[in-house]
Order: sequence, then C-alpha cells, then structure tokens
Amino acid sequence: MTLTAESSSSAPAQAKNWKNPVIYTVLALLSTFLIGLRAPATTISLGVADQVSWLDLDPLQISPVAYGWTASLIMLALAGYALYATQTGRPIGRWLAPTFWFFFATGLLTWALGSTSNPSLSLVSLLNGAVLLSIPMIFGSMGGLLCERSGIVNIAIEGQLLLGAFSAALVGSMTKNPWLGLLAAMAGGLLVSALLALFSIKYLVDQVIVGVVVNVLVSGLTGFLFARVLEPNASVLNSAPRLPAFEIPVLSQIPVLGPVLFNQNVLVYLMYLVVGLIWFALNKTRWGLRTRAVGEHPKAADTLGVKVNRLRAGNVLLAGAVAGMGGAFFTLVSVSSFNSDMTAGQGYIALAALIFGRWTPIGALSAALLFGFSLNLQYVLSILGTSVPTELLAMMPYLVTIFAVAGLVGRSRGPAAVGTAYVKE
Amino acid sequence: MKLELRKVTKRFGDFTANDSIDLTVTPGSVHCLLGENGAGKSTLMNVIFGLYRPTEGQIYIDDQPVNFKGPEDAMAAGIGMVHQHFMLVPVFTVAENVALGSESVKGLTLDLETTRQKIREISDRYGFEVDPDALVEDLPVGVQQRVEIIKALVREAQVLILDEPTAVLTPAETDQLLGIMDQLRKDGKSLLFISHKLREVREISDDITVIRRGKVVGQADPSMSSSELASLMVGKEVQLTVDKEEPTYTDKLFEVENLTLIGDNGVPLLKEVSFQVRGGEILAVAGVQGNGQTELAETIIGLHPKATGSMKLGGKELLGLKTKQVLAAGVGFVPEDRNKDGLVGDFSIAENLILDLYDRPQFSAAGSLKKAAIAENARQAGDLFDIRMGSIEHHASTLSGGNQQKIVVARELSRDLELFVASQPTRGVDVGSIEFIHKRIVQERDKGLPVIIVSTELDEVYGLADRIAVFFHGELMWVVPADTPRSVLGQMMAGASYSEALEAENQDQARPTTPWSEGE
Repeated sequence: MTLTAESSSSAPAQAKNWKNPVIYTVLALLSTFLIGLRAPATTISLGVADQVSWLDLDPLQISPVAYGWTASLIMLALAGYALYATQTGRPIGRWLAPTFWFFFATGLLTWALGSTSNPSLSLVSLLNGAVLLSIPMIFGSMGGLLCERSGIVNIAIEGQLLLGAFSAALVGSMTKNPWLGLLAAMAGGLLVSALLALFSIKYLVDQVIVGVVVNVLVSGLTGFLFARVLEPNASVLNSAPRLPAFEIPVLSQIPVLGPVLFNQNVLVYLMYLVVGLIWFALNKTRWGLRTRAVGEHPKAADTLGVKVNRLRAGNVLLAGAVAGMGGAFFTLVSVSSFNSDMTAGQGYIALAALIFGRWTPIGALSAALLFGFSLNLQYVLSILGTSVPTELLAMMPYLVTIFAVAGLVGRSRGPAAVGTAYVKE
Repeated sequence: MKLELRKVTKRFGDFTANDSIDLTVTPGSVHCLLGENGAGKSTLMNVIFGLYRPTEGQIYIDDQPVNFKGPEDAMAAGIGMVHQHFMLVPVFTVAENVALGSESVKGLTLDLETTRQKIREISDRYGFEVDPDALVEDLPVGVQQRVEIIKALVREAQVLILDEPTAVLTPAETDQLLGIMDQLRKDGKSLLFISHKLREVREISDDITVIRRGKVVGQADPSMSSSELASLMVGKEVQLTVDKEEPTYTDKLFEVENLTLIGDNGVPLLKEVSFQVRGGEILAVAGVQGNGQTELAETIIGLHPKATGSMKLGGKELLGLKTKQVLAAGVGFVPEDRNKDGLVGDFSIAENLILDLYDRPQFSAAGSLKKAAIAENARQAGDLFDIRMGSIEHHASTLSGGNQQKIVVARELSRDLELFVASQPTRGVDVGSIEFIHKRIVQERDKGLPVIIVSTELDEVYGLADRIAVFFHGELMWVVPADTPRSVLGQMMAGASYSEALEAENQDQARPTTPWSEGE
C-alpha cells in the first residue's frame, strides 16, 4: 500500500462551521424572551391602502402577542434546524438566512410598534418616508462606489454631502431656482473630490487620511461661512426654494409600492436614474470594465494601455458630483436652509451601506434603503410615543455594518487594489 | 517581423540597468536572453514593451526606428508580452481579461461575444483548451499563462516576449509551453524568451544572447553544454553540484506523524503527512509552489496552532508549542520570503542578526539592549558568512538579495540547533551566494543535524538532497532516493504516485523520445 492510498482512504474531517447556527440560536432565544414573553397586549393598526384611490381596504389589525410568538417559534425552529444540519454535516439551504432575518426584523418591529402609546400608523407613509430619507445615503454610496471600484477609498462622502448641501442652499437662495441649486450641489461635491483626487492620486497621500482631513476642512469652512455670511442674511442667502414633488400617473396607483416609489420628490426619480445608469455603466460598458480592472489590478490594466490614474481621477470627480446631488437633499428637499454639520454623519453611513452592499450598485441601494428605514423608524416611533430609546435604533446601521465587515453576515470582499495609489515603476 | 535593439541603455539615476545592448530577433525563431536574476533582463523587456523609455539607443522594427510612449504603442506595433507575474485580473473571466484595453463595443455596450469568438479561434488553432467564460482565479497557473499568450495573439502580436515563463510551472506544464512556443515559431512569430534555466534554454532556442550585470557578454550556441552556458552567465566556472560526502547518520531524529492542517475555508493544506529525518541527512521537499510545502515549514515552526498529528524532535513533542518554544527547542528556520518573514528591512544589519536572540543574556540585560555585544556579533557574523556590507548600521533593505539571505542564515545558525529547516534558501540569490549557502547547509548536516530543505528549484533539490519528499495537494506522495530521474519526480509533482511515475518512465524509454519530453 502506498502513502497516497493510505491518506486518501480516510478523508480528513471537514471543519464544521458553527458560527451562523450559534448566532441564530442566541438571537432566537433573545427574541423569544423579548417579543414573545414580553409582547405588549395591544393591537397595532396598520394602514396598507392609503393614497390608492381605487382600493378601499381597512387597516390591518395585528396582535403583537400572536405575531411575536409566531415569529419566535419560527426562528427557534430555524435555529434548531441549522444546528441539526451543521451537526450532521448537511448543507444549509440559501433560503434559511433571509427567512430568519425577515422574522427577526418584523418580530422586533411589531414589538417596538406595539410598545408605543398609540400603535396606529400607515405602512405607506412609513416606507415612503424611508425612501425619502435614504436619498443622501444612496447618492453618497453611489459616489463611494464610483471611487472605490476604481481603487480610491472615499471617506470624503461626508464632506461631499455637506458642501453639496451648502452650495445648494446658497445658490438656490441667490437665484431662487432649485435646479441651479442642484447643479451647485454637484459642483460643491466635485470640488471636494478634486481635493481628494489631487492629494491621493497626484501626491500619493494616504487616501483615508486625505478623506478625513477633507471632511474636517469642509465642516469647518461651511460652519464658518454659515455663521458669518449665511445666518446674518438668512432671507437672501439661506432660504432656498424646494425641489418639486410629483406623482407619476398610473404607476402611483399600484397598492403600497405605488405611492411609496412613485409619489415622491423629483430627487428620488433622479436617484432611480443615477443608480440605473451606474449599474449599467459598471457592468455593461467599456468604461465599467476598465474601472473594475483598475480597482482590482491596476498594473494589469496599465500594461494593456489603460491610463490608470487618469481614469481614477475622472471617477473620483464624477463621484463627487453624484454625492453632491445627495447633499442637495438636505437643503432643497428636507428643509430649505443650511445649518452647520447638518449631514450628521450620513456620509459615513453611506460608506457603510456601500460595504454592506458589497460594492455593487444594487447592494448599496438596498443597504441604504434599509438604513433609511431604520432612520425613519426612529422618527415614527418617537412620534407614536415609544418607550424604547431611539438612540438604540440609531446605532443599528453601524452595528449591522460591523457585523457585515466582520464576515458574520456573509463575506464582504472589496476591490483588491482599493486604498493603494498606483505608481509606475 | 524583425525586432532589433541597437545600443539600448537604461539608467535609473546612477544605476545602469542595461548598458548598450544590441539584440536582433528574426521571424520564425526563438531568441533567448539568458542571464542571472538581477542581470537586467526584466528591465530590458520593459524597455522593449514601452513600460520604460530607453535612456539611450534605439529600437527598430523591420529596420524602422520606433519610439514607444507606453505599452499601447508597443502593442500597436505588434509586440506582445507574457509577464513573469501574470497581468490578469483574478475576478474577471478569461474573455474580460482578454478584452480589457482593446474592447469591442456595440454602441455603448461591451461586445464580449466577439472576444469570446477570437479566444475560441486561437484556442482551437494552438490547442490551448481555454474556456472564455472561466473565472481566471479558478484556473491552474499553466492555463492562466495561456490566457496571457492569447491576450498577445488577439492583439495580433508578431513579436512575443516571454519573461521567465517557466518559473511558476510544473515540469509537465513547462514542456507544454515549450511545445506552444515551437508552434508559434513555426507560424512565423518572433519569440524573445527570457530565462535562467539552462535546460529549457538549450531545448528551445535558436539564438542565445547572454547578459551579465546589464551588459551583453556574448552570443552562445544552443548546442553548448549547461556548464559552459552557466559559466558565461555568471562569469566564472561554477559548480552546479554541491560537494558532499555520503551521510553519516546520528541518533538525532525528527519524526512527523499524521500531520494534518485544515485551512480557514475547510480545504486541507496538509493531509496526514508522515516522515522521518535522521540526524546527518538532508531531506529535500520538492513540489510545485502551493502544494503544502510552505505550510509544512510553517507548521514545524509553530505558526499553525490548529494543526493536528505529531512532530517529535529527539522524542520531544513540538506540536502545540508556541513559536518561541519551538525556537528554544533548537529549531533553526529560514522562511521562504525573507522580505516578509525573515528580515525587517528598515532595521539595521546588526539588529536583524539578533531578531530572535535579543532576549538572550548575551544581548540584553534588565530590559535594555547591549549595543556593544550586538555590534560585535554583527561583525563576527559578517566575517563568518561573508556578508558584503558597508556598515553593520546600514538598513538590511540596502543589501542585495544574496547578502540579505546570508543575514537570515547567519542568525539562524548562530543558535545551538537540533533541527534546521530552510524554505527556498536561495530564491533570488546570486550564484556566488548560492554556493556559499549550500555549503553551509551541508556543513550543518555533517555536524549531525537533521536538515529539511523546501525548494521548488529541482537543481537545488538534486544538489542538496540525500532523500527527496514530493508534495502534491498537501499530500506527501512518497519519499524517493536522491537519484530518482527528473521525469519521475516531475510526474509525482503533478500528482502521480511513485509506482505510476516509474511505470510511465519505463514506457517512455521504450518509445522513441519526442522533442519536448523530459530529460537532457
């Protein structure tokens, strides 16, 4: 008998991966305790047919106790199955994770809504608000995506949003034209990007450091200008007209989704366009292939005649313009005046959405929508009078991202060359 | 297409990498550029390919002077290059990699179908068997290299530069490549083949130009013997074999039993590896890079705490000990990548010589280093190991590869050893230093230590080994005698068992030999 035969006859034991089953079990047990045992004994009234004129449905009546127990038992069953499957070495189906997280999220949501003093709300307005609040994060993450897929870390999204918001307010107020305000927002974002591109591509400064410094610079500069220039002349310089909202006929009459997606501010429709364009360009065009190549293996692209740093610089500038559009949300959609540091860290959440969405346009969009939902939920819950501290909810996007990056919720692998400047030898 | 270089010189500051090089590659021939590591071959290739501009001199294509501003100009002129480190995006498909830089488009969208079609045509014509939709990171190295060749052919290259193409290949893959090169030559392409591996050079080349320290030192004929070529290359008579006596065994014993290591992704890196090394013998571990040899060496030194099985040095179990305890047990270790694991480039030579000895009372007391003792140690090691340096205070990164490696070897041999393990002890080291390091390794063996050498260079394996252990996919295929023919070893490195390899060898000898079969 040869050594080969000897070692192949007893296959080495495959390492069992207990990580996910254990996480499921812990969460299922916690949920049972919280949303099952401690479910509030009220009834939630959830409107589903608002703003759809041809449909007349009564609001759904949901018992947090019944739903809490149902969700908990399903989660316990799923966790048990995952443990069993891991023990016996069977593959766990791909359906399990999304199902588990659906019941976990809805269970928690039901519990949180049930614990408010007046649990009555409209599903449409909850989701509609979530989409609207996601706008800066979606534009921001698209800006991040354009940068990072070509190999430049974009920590400066926050600064791009902030200068975008500032420029939109200033130019919008001076011209009384929100569209010129939007253009100014793009120019503001582009200016921040120009700094990022100059220092990280030309002068090879560490991209993360440049990004952070730029953010601090923009925060200080806009804060100063706001206090010294905008605020004393608020009526002339800081009262921008808003971008219009309108309903898209027919589409807006689809139950639930219609009013959520197609009765929105024009910036939301622009967002659909931008995300769609970026998806198409990245995956289907020559520019997209080169961008991805430069983000993964710039030297390979260089040896094939692709101008690495020129392409990167172009992408960084474009990214700034896109993120700047997100900044316009703050001063042309949300409110009509600028305030210092009003972006409140949403640029960082946008970056988190990009990572959580695994650097793809659709993934980043979904992640940003999820974060927008959790943001809107905070507002809704506090209006409904909740006993849960909303600060806890505000932490969720960051927690989710840390878990995602740590590989607990699937592996997140970024472009291989991100963060390294390309220098020809 | 004829490629000609006249008096091409490339300088980086004060350093002259290429000094007035003349070279002509004629269509339908393989021209070999032979030279040691660091002789300036890769620089010259980058000049031809437009990645560098020549400081002086001129390149001609079909007697017309050309000036390349970048690789795209070189490609447009019909020059293709297969880089030593593949220029492939791992997460792209073959078609995407081939298309990149010269994409066909339909309106706004990429037209990958045209590229796929071209890949299939070339693949059929030369028998490449490359699937245009395969992901590059999933392909074996030999196939990735063919993708690189396809990239050049799709761009209608008439001159093909192959920069150390066989460095990463198994012997069987090397033969396939030589076959492909022969086909390309018959198709009328001009091939410029860069290598320092004499066997391949003699087998495939029509013309040979030898360069040393950036200068052409002469033309050679493929019919010259290996040692003649080698002496041209290094400038002095070199010993290709290492002088050593028959082993005298001692009772120091290193036993490895059922050593198994599972990677983070569940893939086994070492599968129930068992072998013994007696004191006074050298066991050379052979195999293509990435078949578990690296992990074996790292496990011995204690870098893989998850490994199971047993490793006993003189009866004492090493598995489960921390690296520091393994070192204290008398294991000397030369890691395969000295720049990553062997040295701290920005530390001085003296500091690098005590990296794992700094806490000995000899070099430190009461938490502070004894500078004088450290300096004295460095001077002694410098003399003993012939480390060519300006001062012991210079950074290790300022030294040549050979001298850096001597620092690592000197440090490891300065302890009292019970076992010596060296991974790729002479990778990227000049011939003079190779000789020196090999001699030192044999000295350790003659002192009665068990010695394990991991090497992907078969010449080194044959030069040093008393016995050879062949690894494939984390398995120890067999431990074979040092006089096993290259072809048998090659088959085993590609996954054949010893008996299969021997059988295939016997059949081969019965048949008339084909031009690209193994052996000289």
